[in-house]
Amino acid sequence: MKDLLNDWGLTAATFLPVVGAVVMMVIPRAEETLHKLVALLTTLAVLAVGVALIASFDFDRTRTLQYVVDRSWIDVINSRYIVGVDGIALPLLALTVLIVPLVVIYSWNHFPEPHNPKAFLILILILETGMVGTFVAQDLILFFVFFEVVLLPMYFMIGVWGGEARQYAAIKFFLYTLFGSALMLVSFLAVYFLSPEVDVGGTMRHTFSMIELSDWAGAGLASTTALFVFGGMFMGFGVKVPIFPFHTWLPDAHTQAPTQGSVILAAVLLKLGTYGFVRIAIPILPEAAERWAPWIGLLAVIGIIYGALGCLAQTDMKRLIAFSSVAHMGYVMLGISTLTTFGINAAIFGMVAHGLITGMLFFVAGSVKDRYHTLEIKRLGGMLLQAPRLGWVLAFSCMASLGLPGLAGFWGEFPAILSAYNPAAGLNPAVYRTYMVVAAIGTILAAGYLLWLLQRVAFGTPREEFVGDDHDHGHGHDQAHALGQGDRTGSHALGHARIHDMHLTDYLAWAPMLLLIVALGVYPNLIFRVTDGAVVNSLTALGR
Amino acid sequence: MLSHVWIIPALPALSFVLILAFGKRLPRGGSEIGIAAVAIAFVLACGTGVGWIQRVNHPPAAHEAPAAEHEEPAAGGHEEPAAAEKGEEPAAAGHEEPAAAEEGEESTAAEEGEEHHVTPPVVRGTTWLQSGGTKVEVGTMLDGLSAVMLLVVTLVSLLVHVYSTEYVAGDRRYTHFFAFLSLFTASMLFFVLSKTTLQMIVGWELVGLCSFVLIGHWWEEKPNSDAALKAFLTNRVGDVGLLVGVSILFFAAGGTFDIIGINEMANTGEIRHLLLLVASCSLMAAVMSKSGQFILHTWLPDAMAGPTPVSALIHAATMVVAGIYLIARLYSVFWHGFQIGESTINLMAVIGAVTVVFGALLAFVQNDIKKVLAYSTISQLGYMVMALGVGAWTAAIFHLFTHAFFKACLFLGAGSLSHAVHSFDMKQDMGGMRRFMPRTYWTFMIGTGALMGIPPLAGFWSKDEILAGASGLGGEGGYKLMLVMGTIGAFCTCAYMSRVLWYVFWGEPRGAAALHTPHESGPRIVIPLVILAALGAVAGFANLPSFAGESIALRFEHYVEPTAAYFPGGLDAAFRHPEFTLWIAVVSTVVGILGIGLAYLWFWRGAGPHGITERSRPARAGYRLLENRYYLDHLYTGVIAGGTKGPVARAANWVNQNVIDGLVNLVARGTRGSGQWVYTHIDQGVVDTLVNGSGATAEGSGQLLRRQQTGKVQSYGAYLFAGATILAAVFVFIASTS
Amino acid sequence: MLLNQFLILSAVLFAIGVYGVIARRNGVAVLMSIELILNAVNINLVAFSAMTGTLAGQVFALFVIAIAAAEVGVGLAIVLVIYRNRRSIDLDEVDLMRG
Repeated sequence: MKDLLNDWGLTAATFLPVVGAVVMMVIPRAEETLHKLVALLTTLAVLAVGVALIASFDFDRTRTLQYVVDRSWIDVINSRYIVGVDGIALPLLALTVLIVPLVVIYSWNHFPEPHNPKAFLILILILETGMVGTFVAQDLILFFVFFEVVLLPMYFMIGVWGGEARQYAAIKFFLYTLFGSALMLVSFLAVYFLSPEVDVGGTMRHTFSMIELSDWAGAGLASTTALFVFGGMFMGFGVKVPIFPFHTWLPDAHTQAPTQGSVILAAVLLKLGTYGFVRIAIPILPEAAERWAPWIGLLAVIGIIYGALGCLAQTDMKRLIAFSSVAHMGYVMLGISTLTTFGINAAIFGMVAHGLITGMLFFVAGSVKDRYHTLEIKRLGGMLLQAPRLGWVLAFSCMASLGLPGLAGFWGEFPAILSAYNPAAGLNPAVYRTYMVVAAIGTILAAGYLLWLLQRVAFGTPREEFVGDDHDHGHGHDQAHALGQGDRTGSHALGHARIHDMHLTDYLAWAPMLLLIVALGVYPNLIFRVTDGAVVNSLTALGR
Repeated sequence: MLSHVWIIPALPALSFVLILAFGKRLPRGGSEIGIAAVAIAFVLACGTGVGWIQRVNHPPAAHEAPAAEHEEPAAGGHEEPAAAEKGEEPAAAGHEEPAAAEEGEESTAAEEGEEHHVTPPVVRGTTWLQSGGTKVEVGTMLDGLSAVMLLVVTLVSLLVHVYSTEYVAGDRRYTHFFAFLSLFTASMLFFVLSKTTLQMIVGWELVGLCSFVLIGHWWEEKPNSDAALKAFLTNRVGDVGLLVGVSILFFAAGGTFDIIGINEMANTGEIRHLLLLVASCSLMAAVMSKSGQFILHTWLPDAMAGPTPVSALIHAATMVVAGIYLIARLYSVFWHGFQIGESTINLMAVIGAVTVVFGALLAFVQNDIKKVLAYSTISQLGYMVMALGVGAWTAAIFHLFTHAFFKACLFLGAGSLSHAVHSFDMKQDMGGMRRFMPRTYWTFMIGTGALMGIPPLAGFWSKDEILAGASGLGGEGGYKLMLVMGTIGAFCTCAYMSRVLWYVFWGEPRGAAALHTPHESGPRIVIPLVILAALGAVAGFANLPSFAGESIALRFEHYVEPTAAYFPGGLDAAFRHPEFTLWIAVVSTVVGILGIGLAYLWFWRGAGPHGITERSRPARAGYRLLENRYYLDHLYTGVIAGGTKGPVARAANWVNQNVIDGLVNLVARGTRGSGQWVYTHIDQGVVDTLVNGSGATAEGSGQLLRRQQTGKVQSYGAYLFAGATILAAVFVFIASTS
Repeated sequence: MLLNQFLILSAVLFAIGVYGVIARRNGVAVLMSIELILNAVNINLVAFSAMTGTLAGQVFALFVIAIAAAEVGVGLAIVLVIYRNRRSIDLDEVDLMRG
């Protein structure tokens, strides 16, 4: 059993979804329940593999890669199929395998128009392969392939199932990210050719292996070259994060994407960028990272304040949450830019916490959209009266998002601020202390926009237009349900449908996330213990 | 026992979860769980208090806890000497190791060898998070200060719980109310038991959350949710200071959050003075917001939008003193940062003194009884901060202790009044209430007397100690300004409280009080009032001045004030205790009675320049200034918050949409435009022409050749033979030449 | 030496054959002309065989005769089919392969 897991565990986690997708392709489109079942079982199977991997993970050696598989892949360029996880990748892998089944459960009765569960679920499964693959890949080309694999399903998800301006948003998302990855690929190739050859089966060859490259750590590379190479990676990862000022694709993509897309985007996709910094850019080019760090830190704190101000100006709930992602990822990037163990640990915690919390917020926003058919903050109000449980979940998520201690968000935020007081040797403490104060001020703004949102959406009394009397509702709701199948505007016309509280699928999908938010908040060492060793390891090259 | 204090906050936390889960299904809506949990917590807190007193009386021997006492996890108890030193290490590591901790309880020491009366605190912890070799712990730290806080919090909380069962009976969110009372109690207890500064941040913000939720308890009405938001956001402003201050101390102390460690390093001078000063100033910002110090106090009066029991518990007795507790806990940092021992003026003392007077002045113009009490709370918190600022540590904590009782009593009394008349407006809906509600009247009178500082009620002793501290401590000449401000504050307090008494209990019933005869509240309201009033009357005897005799004098100081190396006392010669000074006691009392007398003349006798605000321009301006609360609210809500929310945020959004996104779209449009140009001019013009040209050439030659293909086999044959002939000729030619 | 005479005869036959193939319009005549060309080749083969004293040439000649017979058979069949379809065997009219 253990051997099987060692050799095939990661590969299974990566490619099971594809298997599921293939199975679904041969099932006729009309068999919707079967499709849902297959998708759910597949994702649950992946979750099970993930749980098994975590269970047999050796937590005393988080610094080393485990479950490593190293096979020949593209021999011509000596790109190999190397997968493995260490303490940095494990939490993110866990987050991914957890989120996807929840998204599938949530989707059960909530397929966005134009319906078509088959295609939708297949896309989600392919996405999962891409995401899991990115976190386990230990070869630059393999990483790149998975990194790009996620683009296409997301593109279709936004472009087909999205809102009114979905085409624009989808194309913007696709091209923007692709633009970044192109530069990133160039940097990967540069690293490939500039790094010394290593011994592969007796012959000396260049390598894409992240392990070998991290050992090399840019030794002997001209510093200007290293700066440019790092710059390419910065663009690739930075667009994905997204770092100010490359963030403008995010609000559009989030606003237009269907709920499920938003959740996956926020929960996992954004983490691919920050993960890239921690896993690839910093260990491979530590000296360049040191030169870049103050600028990354600057952009991060600008993003914190700027994202928060952007939030305050939004009138659309989903767009507001999207902007809050910019601010939160600012904290993550600030933590990374300190190049200290504390900062990077905090950053990884922040990634997981942001994934759970913002994912949750998008779920709630999606449910609001389902019920009210609008996300205009002005038109909402009194949700705690009409749908108390939904309202409480929103309140809880807002609290978590603004960094309330005792919930997960705090442990990404405060340690990042803390670490900025004392950045790695070689970085200017005065600059970083300024960042620290600015970032701390950002927490006020975060509380401001989230509570303001909460007040306007959940507190107060419901608006006229959403208060329907019971008689009207019984009739109207059925009609809305019947129309909802094919006609996009059908249910919209019936504004008087009564607002429903949480559905069973909502409970199932949200409970694990809410529990995790609390658990991680109460006992943060759950993650810090895992990441610590690996982070220390990834920063060893910095001290040299 | 003392190493198991974590149970005390755990109980209400558990109760929070249980109430949320099952509360609605229970006959009393979950309040029974809350009351039970808090009652048990109170009993345990009493036990802790007793345990601590015994520990002080019989401190563990010095050799048992050498150099680093604070690492001794379970050195509590008093019966059995040094039996379980070995058992203490695992107790530190694990949260739940009853066996080891049990040993710890039984263990230790009633050894006689205590020369300098050092009572080490009881500390235990477990790893909370780790990063690169730094382990941050979560745990409990119990010393006199935390023991007092435990008692105050659990007792007031228990009484408020009982009181609430009647006060909020039938409320739309009864269960939810009790759930959050429990959560608040848990958070506050967690806060006061903090082992590390990080833990303090957590508790600090959690109590803020509960305050937010409970202020906005009736969130259907916008003013309530506005008040809740204001409270939370103002506290967030202070939290920036807290985050920054804690970060500075973390690194200054070489990477530790440990409260004892930080304090010890501050005491031994291992932390640079500049760092201590900056950290102290940052932390002061947090104190100002949480403890309602002038200029960040504006949220506290608005917080009265919450239910009255909440105001009593959170916004009078416990949460607002979190700032005081923070200073007291990290006193070495402030002591050395502000050089309290040597100076005659410092930031903390000034903030406190200003708050004393400015808060009290605002209380004069309020018509809402709860707002008067709120400003009074601000003023009294000012006393505490001032006391800490002048170095009178014990006086501050003592005042905290007494204030919690009498102010809670006053708030609950106000609640009892409003329960009868359904209004808080003293001018319009009350008057002559002493006839209708005698018990409320008497308890309120005692509370008022204690607040005014009438001897021998509680407030007299604690306030007097503060004033004595202001005159006797500090550098040459003492803190004179603070003494003056404190005395003015005493005068104002007496005057505005007299005003309250006049409006509420004397005169003719007005408004709601006149319309239907109010009646006394039920026992669940009155009994807590009586208990609190009794405590308000006698709590002052806990720290009688030294003339009272060795065995009963200064007991509070003896048991509460830390003696170990994490406190400046005993290490720093400048740290002294204020001596009871008769003339200060007399003067402050006389000034107070003067205030009462003037108010008596003004209200009861109608004497004095009534209507001066209409006649005199400066008086009107002053009144206007107070009425508008020094215009601070306009500045915060209108200018800062409105500005950020409005123009600034809109500008940022405009920049985003038009500049940054515009740039992106411009790039996209530019790319598309250049693509168009390349297509029409290069692609269609040059490349395609070439392609078309080659195509045309091929076609032309094809046309030409096509004509040769007649389809007649014979002509093909002719070509064949012609070709063969030519080839033959060439062959022959080549063969013949070679 | 008789070889030259054989070769001259062969050349003449070949030339007549080529003329026939190119110039005649009658399909049957063209077939017969092809036969002449093949036989010109046969004469050559046999003549050289006799001159060198090896049998290979004669064997080849036999092969050629056999294949020529088959070829004529196929050719006549084609001519017959063309005749059936068009009621004519005039090769000028058969231009299906025109480009």
